[in-house]
Amino acid sequence: MTAGKQQQSQSAVRASKAPPETPAAAPISRPGLLSSYDPGGSYCELLGLSGEVTEATQTILERINQMDEASLRARARDAELELYNYGITFTVYTEKDSIDRILPFDVIPRVIAPPDWRTLDYGVRQRVTAINAFLWDVYHDGKILKDGVVPRGLVVGNANYRPEMEGMDVPQGTYVQINGTDLIRGHDGAFYVLEDNARTPSGVSYVVENRHLMLRTFPDLMESVPVRPVSDYGQKLREALGETAPDGADDPVVVLLSPGTYNSAYFEHIFLAREMGVPLVEGRDLVVEDDRVYMKTIRGPQRVDMIYRRINDDFLDPEVFNPNSMLGVPGLMRAYWKGNVGLANAVGTGIADDKAVYAYMPRIIQYYLGEDPAIQNVETHICREKEGLQYTLDNLDKLVVKPVGEAGGYGITVGPHASREELDHCREKLLADPANYISQPMIDLSVSPTLVDEGIEPRRVDLRPFAVTGKDTWVLPGGLSRVALRRGSIIVNSSQGGGSKDTWVLE
Amino acid sequence: MSNLLARYVEAIFWLARYIERAENIARIIDVNETFSRDSRGGQNWSSVLQLYADDTRYREIYGAPTAEGVIHFYTLDASNPSSIVSALKIARENARTLRPLISTEMWTQMNMFHNRLRAMSADEVQKPRLPRFCAFVKEGCHTHYGITEGTFYRDEGWYFYQLGRNLERADQTTRALDTKYHLLLPSVQDVGSPLDVSQWNALLRSVSGYHAFRRVHPSGMTPADVAGFLLFHQSFPRSVVCCVETVDETLHALRGQYALTGGADAMERLDELRSEMRNAQIREVLKTGLHEYLDGLQGELIKVSQALGRDFFGYAAADPAE
Repeated sequence: MTAGKQQQSQSAVRASKAPPETPAAAPISRPGLLSSYDPGGSYCELLGLSGEVTEATQTILERINQMDEASLRARARDAELELYNYGITFTVYTEKDSIDRILPFDVIPRVIAPPDWRTLDYGVRQRVTAINAFLWDVYHDGKILKDGVVPRGLVVGNANYRPEMEGMDVPQGTYVQINGTDLIRGHDGAFYVLEDNARTPSGVSYVVENRHLMLRTFPDLMESVPVRPVSDYGQKLREALGETAPDGADDPVVVLLSPGTYNSAYFEHIFLAREMGVPLVEGRDLVVEDDRVYMKTIRGPQRVDMIYRRINDDFLDPEVFNPNSMLGVPGLMRAYWKGNVGLANAVGTGIADDKAVYAYMPRIIQYYLGEDPAIQNVETHICREKEGLQYTLDNLDKLVVKPVGEAGGYGITVGPHASREELDHCREKLLADPANYISQPMIDLSVSPTLVDEGIEPRRVDLRPFAVTGKDTWVLPGGLSRVALRRGSIIVNSSQGGGSKDTWVLE
Repeated sequence: MSNLLARYVEAIFWLARYIERAENIARIIDVNETFSRDSRGGQNWSSVLQLYADDTRYREIYGAPTAEGVIHFYTLDASNPSSIVSALKIARENARTLRPLISTEMWTQMNMFHNRLRAMSADEVQKPRLPRFCAFVKEGCHTHYGITEGTFYRDEGWYFYQLGRNLERADQTTRALDTKYHLLLPSVQDVGSPLDVSQWNALLRSVSGYHAFRRVHPSGMTPADVAGFLLFHQSFPRSVVCCVETVDETLHALRGQYALTGGADAMERLDELRSEMRNAQIREVLKTGLHEYLDGLQGELIKVSQALGRDFFGYAAADPAE
C-alpha cells in the first residue's frame, strides 16, 4: 500500500459517498466450497480487490475450495475439542457456577500479503515509538503540552494520568514494552487504527496457539505456503524485558504478575510465563523489604528485578493506589521509584491509549518523528475544536459520536441507526460539553470467508498486531484476527459471539 | 535461575495427594461393593461413612445410609468434599495453578479426566456399573502418574510430589484396613470363617496386594497376616511402612541435593514413626486394638504433613477434607 493510495482511501471514507469498487468474484477455476461465496460490497481479506490475488493466496483459495464440507466441519470440531481439552479457555462466571468456554476458532485463515504487512509493521513501530516519546515528554518537560499540540487538560486531567510518574526515568525510555494496536480495514482496502492498547493488551496467546492448532489440524492447507512464524514471541518478550530491567541487574530475574487463577485471561498468563520460562507469581508471592522486591520461594526470599504485570495500575500497590487491592504488593511503587525493580508496562501508560488522546495521535507522530502516520486513524473529529464540532453537528446522521470519558461503548450514538429524538438529544449533549466528544464515520469492516452453519460466508474481521519494545520495537508477524461470527455483525468481542482465526503473513 | 515459589511447591504436594486420594476412594468404594454382596449389605455401606467420619454430614443430606446414597455421596456429589469428583476438582485447581510448571500432557489429561467425570450421570456410577466406574477412576489416576513420571521436570517440585503422594497413600491404606475393622466388629464369631477369608481377600485385591501377599504367604490367610502385610511389609508399595520409608528417603534426598534447611521437624517425626513401626508386632497391635493403632498412625502422618507445610509452604498445610 502506498502513501498515495492511503490518501485516496481516506478521502473516500470522508465523503462516505464514493461507491466501493466491486471486489472480484472468487477467482477460482473449479466449482467447490467457495463457489457461492460472495463478499457483497465489503473488502474481502482473501480475495482482495480485483487483481490483487497473489500466487500464494491463489494456492490457499484453491485448497479451501477443493475441501469437502463434511470433512472440513469434522476437522473444525476436532480443533475446537482440542482447545477445550487443552484448556485454552476463558471463564464465564454465573451465580452458581463457573463455566470454561473456548474462544470459537474458525479454521479458515486470514491472510496478509507481504506489501500490506510491510506497511503495518512500519506503521505499528512508528506508532509505538511515538507513544513512548509522548509518555516520556508528558512525564518530564511536557513540551508537547506547552506547544499546544495536545491540550494540557486532556492529559493532566485524565483519570489515567499518574502524577507519581512525573520526573521518573524508565530504562531505554520504554514505557510500553507490550502494545496492541487494533486495526480495521475499510471497503477501500486501507487499514485504519481503531484503538491503541498500551496498558495490558491481551490476546497474543491465541495468536500462537491458533497457529499450533492449524499446523496440527490442517498441515495440507499450509504445506509449502510461506507463512511467517509466530512462535518466538516469548523469546522476544523476554529479551525486551531484560533490556528494560533496572541497570545493574546482570541476569535479571523476571516474573509475570497475575491476578490469579480466577482472572479470565489466566490462560494467557500461563502461556506467557511458560514461553519465557519465568515464574508466574501473584501479589501474595511478593514482598517488599528495604524498597526491594522479593518472591517467597522454598529457600526463602529471592530478589526480583523485572515484573511483567498483568494487573492494572490501580491495583498494583495499595500503599499508593487503591488501598483495598488484594492483588497488588504493598511498597511496590517505592521499589519502582528507587529503580530497584522494573515494571512492564510502566505505570501511567493509560494516557496514551485514551480515546480522546487517540484523536491527536497523528499530530503526536508528526510532532516527535516528523513523519506522517503510515497507518491512518479512523477519521476522527475532535469536538473540543470548533471545526470538528461544526462538522459533527452538520453530519450527525452519518457519524458515530463517542464520549471520550466512558468505557465499554456506553453513551455512543450511531447516527445512521439513530431516531430523530436520539439525534436531537445527542446534539444537545454535544453543545453542552463539546470537549467530551469525538465523532467518526461508520466504517464498513472487511470480511473474511468463515465456516458457519450456513456454509462458508463472509464475516467481519479486525486485527490486533502485538509490538514488543526493549531497545527497539519488534512486531509479531500478523496478530490476533477476531471475527464476528453473526451475519452482518461488526462486534468481534468474544463476549458477543466473536471468534478468532489464524493470521498468515506471507513471506 | 529462579527458585521455586513456595506456593507452587504446596500446590504440587496437594495435587499429588488429591489424585492419590481419588484413586483410593475408588478402591474403597470398589471393595465395599464386593463386601456388600453378603447378607449384611445395608450395614456395610454405613461403615464407609464411619471410616471417613462422614456419618453426621451424610445423614443431614441423605438420611439413612443406602447403597445408592453412599455411592453417590462418594463419587459424584460435588457438595461432598470427600467425594471423588471433589478430590479431582481440587487436584485440577492445583494443576491449573501449576500450569506454568507442569507438562502440557499432564494438564490436558487432568482436564479431560475431570471433564469426563463431571459429565457423568448418576446411573453411570450405580451398581452394576460401579466396578467399571471405579476402574475408570483408577485408570485415570494411573495415567496421570505415568505422564508425570515421564514428563514432569525433576527439580524440588518432583520431590514434593512424591512426598504428597506417599503421605496420602499411607493414610489411605490405614483407612482401607479400618474398613475391615468396622466390618468385623459386629460379628466376632465370623473370624476365620469362609466369609471372613473372602473379605480379607477382597481387601487385599482392592489395594492390588493379593499376588504380592501370596508370594510372602503362599498358603492360608489370617487377619494377622493380612493386616501385618498392609502395615509392615517393606516391599509392598502400598504398605504403610513402605510409604513412610519413601517419604523419609525423599525428604533426605531433597534436603541433601538442594541444600534445603527446612524439614528437620518432619524428619524427626518420621524417625520416631519408623522406629516405632520397625519394632511393632502385628499380634500386639491386634490385641491392643487395630482401630486405635490406625488412628494413631493417621495422627502422626498429619503431623508430618503439617511440619512440611510450616517449613516449606510458609504456613501450616491445611487439608480442607480433614
